[in-house]
Amino acid sequence: MRLSEHRYNTISTIAGPLLFVQKVFSARIGEVVTVTSPDGVMMDAEVLEIEGDTVMIEVFGETRGLDIGKTSVCFTDSVSKAPLSQELIGRIFNGSFRPVDSMPMFIPEKWTPITGSPMNPAARARPEEFIETGFSVIDGLNTLVKGQKLPVFSSAGLPSKELVAGVLKNSRLSGKGNTFIVVFAALGLSFHEYSYYMRVLEDMKTGFVAFINSADEPVMERLLAPRFALTVAEYLAFEKGMDVLVVITDMTNYCDALREISTARQELPGRRGYPGYMYSDLASLYERAGRVRGMKGSVTMLPVVTMPEDDITHPIPDLTGYITEGQIVLSGKLHRLNIFPPVDVLPSLSRLMQKGIGKGSTREDHRKISNNLYKYYARGRDMRRLEAIVGRDGMTEKDRKMLDFADSFEGEFVNQSAGRRTIAETLDTGVSLMKRFSLEIR
Amino acid sequence: MVIGRILGISGPTVSTDLKGLRLYERVSVGQSMLTGEVVRLEHDRAVVQVYEDTRGLAVGEPIKGTGLPLSVRLGPGLLAGMFDGLQRPLKQLKEEMGPFITPGREMYGLDYQKRWVFSPMIKSGAETGPGEILGSVEEGSFRHFLFCGPDSRGRVSQIREGAFSLEEPLGEYEGGREILGCHEWPVRSQRPYRKKFPPSGPLVTGQRSIDFLFPIARGGTAIFPGGFGTGKTVLEQSIAKFADVDVVVYVGCGERGNEMAEMIEEFEDLKDPWTGRRLMERTILVVNTSNMPVAAREASIYTAVTMAEYYRDMGYHVLLLADSLSRWAEALREISSSLEEMPGEEGYPTYLASRLSGFLERAGVVETLGGRIGSLTMVLSVSPPGGDFTEPVTQACLRTTGAFLMLDTALAQSRHFPAINWGQSYSLYACELGGHYREKVSPEWEILQKRCREILQKEEALREVSEIVGAEGLQDIDRLLMLIAEKIRTGFLSQNAYSEDAFSPPRDTCGLISRIFQFYDRALEKIKQGISFEEASQTEDQV
Repeated sequence: MRLSEHRYNTISTIAGPLLFVQKVFSARIGEVVTVTSPDGVMMDAEVLEIEGDTVMIEVFGETRGLDIGKTSVCFTDSVSKAPLSQELIGRIFNGSFRPVDSMPMFIPEKWTPITGSPMNPAARARPEEFIETGFSVIDGLNTLVKGQKLPVFSSAGLPSKELVAGVLKNSRLSGKGNTFIVVFAALGLSFHEYSYYMRVLEDMKTGFVAFINSADEPVMERLLAPRFALTVAEYLAFEKGMDVLVVITDMTNYCDALREISTARQELPGRRGYPGYMYSDLASLYERAGRVRGMKGSVTMLPVVTMPEDDITHPIPDLTGYITEGQIVLSGKLHRLNIFPPVDVLPSLSRLMQKGIGKGSTREDHRKISNNLYKYYARGRDMRRLEAIVGRDGMTEKDRKMLDFADSFEGEFVNQSAGRRTIAETLDTGVSLMKRFSLEIR
Repeated sequence: MVIGRILGISGPTVSTDLKGLRLYERVSVGQSMLTGEVVRLEHDRAVVQVYEDTRGLAVGEPIKGTGLPLSVRLGPGLLAGMFDGLQRPLKQLKEEMGPFITPGREMYGLDYQKRWVFSPMIKSGAETGPGEILGSVEEGSFRHFLFCGPDSRGRVSQIREGAFSLEEPLGEYEGGREILGCHEWPVRSQRPYRKKFPPSGPLVTGQRSIDFLFPIARGGTAIFPGGFGTGKTVLEQSIAKFADVDVVVYVGCGERGNEMAEMIEEFEDLKDPWTGRRLMERTILVVNTSNMPVAAREASIYTAVTMAEYYRDMGYHVLLLADSLSRWAEALREISSSLEEMPGEEGYPTYLASRLSGFLERAGVVETLGGRIGSLTMVLSVSPPGGDFTEPVTQACLRTTGAFLMLDTALAQSRHFPAINWGQSYSLYACELGGHYREKVSPEWEILQKRCREILQKEEALREVSEIVGAEGLQDIDRLLMLIAEKIRTGFLSQNAYSEDAFSPPRDTCGLISRIFQFYDRALEKIKQGISFEEASQTEDQV
């Protein structure tokens, strides 16, 4: 603990967002620093590297106008922390945790480091409580459970925001009495999308906390906003016992920000220029979802990833898929057929579904129905390839039936523009569909 | 003790002016006493890699050397345990610091207070050498042999019997040196043995596609690479549940925390199909999830393999499972780049392949120093980015591993699990183990295996034809072959990990495939007699 403020005017180099300060006494790695420009503009920064008494710091804002000589740097002796209090609920902040809803800042109950500490695997509880999202294709075939992280893999032009809005509006938790809160982190969002989401959030009956970094705001804040959001989520879940759903959109902007910052730091680029530590960095966000044994709350995560060039093997969706417990993949083809939500069932997956469904949580026959629907639909999709070669007339009647089933499955089960379905309605829709085609449910 | 100061910090690496350090010595870093390891020595400074989060560390904070390399403690009490990459017991950590792990807490992997009942197997006056068995304790329902440490030798002057804790000596050598029930071993050095043998005898996994088509030998190594969603983790866990070995060491290296939670709960309930004991009693878990510090992830596989070797040295058959080796390699890459080393392919350090083969060569069947036969088998998963098998980690593994079980995204999407691609996987142990199964299970084993491969191969060719001309356009014999191949794929090769069928002993495996071929032979006979395909396959179905 330092007793006095440490202020330096000894900047030696400025390169992009990086400043090198000399003759610094006892700096800490990750320490928060305030940089004051000659015009008196204050900016946050963080210590990245220390070599003897030379310190490399990274400025979170725009470094335009800084100079060597007059610009001063003040060291705070503390790593970056988030202010926490229950009064957060209902508030909107920017990527530096300053209120943007023209209300004053609240008085924090405590401050917690935003990087969080890893959850002890021995303390984790197995996620197994069903969340009803109201979408058949999620509830029936790729069930979401409390404490899971399930990303939405979208492409440019697909209605991922309508899907997320639908989940926010319609989600119901099994088990009563718990408070349900949405923590929303928008990274690099356009104003158009931002206003769409704000309308949805303000209509919600349950509470929300929002962190908004719009497309023209500092890139560095895109790395901070999700960490603020998750620190708030952990606080509400594990100290206040709430069920928290964290929505982060769009992780592609996060990863691009990571790449931009990494290049500025002159680090070695990895695949497609993204830094080699991107897996660990993404894991430090995604792994904060979960439940703790013997505690009431939970953190569930629904990140949105826009796949560049619609390519699922691109590093961003690829590394995400390796960390998260499944994925919901949207398809442009279904979207063009006016199917909403346009979820492609075949590559979608929920790894934690097995424990969350069945007797006691959804319905006893859930697993059977879901396996059969998947199986028949997969066969129907195979038949489409065959149809392209031999034509419909060249196929047997049995094959034609599978073909028609696949169409009806997309049109009636996946598609539900009409609104939310309960899990019972979802399963019944599936059963009646299979019955109509007289398909055996084994 | 000499105390040095921190000179510089960059990510997980710290430089110090501390003198007298040795390469790979364990050091304690900063006021919060984080664990680190010396990775580079220069004339006026040393570079230390820190195993915990360095956030908040300041220049000028103290650094102390311990004089010892990074080691694990070996003794009774490891089984059913759950450790992080530095062998800190996670359950005790949870009790002390709650559900989140905060850095700077040293804790031993063994419980030094717990009392064990020791029954000696030697008499006082006996001459003992390294690795010689002194006696045993009951570790759960498991017989844990205590043996002389690899560097102790001498005549035993006194040996005790009865309850003791790990702090108390079991007896004395002549000259007054104490005999202890536990010892330390540096994780990066292989434990010594008398002689090594080539892998031999099957390691039954209970997975039909592995045991029948691509068998794994005791003392061998196998990798299965696969993109995300291809079921690597489920397969690893199934093997951990059903493999016929004495001890299983499972490393969750840079993987998901929720999956580990699931596994722990399951292993507490399930029983070992071979002995009927609780599964957890034969399992050691080393867990370093993806959000835990990267440097500890790199150390975790060494921690695990050292514990596995320790049980091997008692004359047991040990299986080491790691999920996933790619995360280990990525940790290596992160550390290498923070040391500013020259990168090789895809940014991995150029010593990736040699480190990997050094690790893989710790598997094998050995005659221990005490003269027993033990084995260590490794089954490792690899997560190639984008499902591309030409990447450096998969390729480096292929040079030293004996079995390559390729997990296929297309198979996984058609919900065929385990999604092992039968066209491209291979096992170098197949020939040798075929003979074993022929003797022990069925004289037909190898013949059936050969026929099975042929059918799957032919189906591949036929499928292309049938996609053009339609199934009806094929000859009856070929249609029958397609039908049989489908039966093999859906009824034999695929196995639901969440059902009764998850474990299939070799006898059942053989029974199932020979029934399919009996059906094939009968139907084939009928078709040759002129009966149509529909009829031949229909009538048989009813039988």
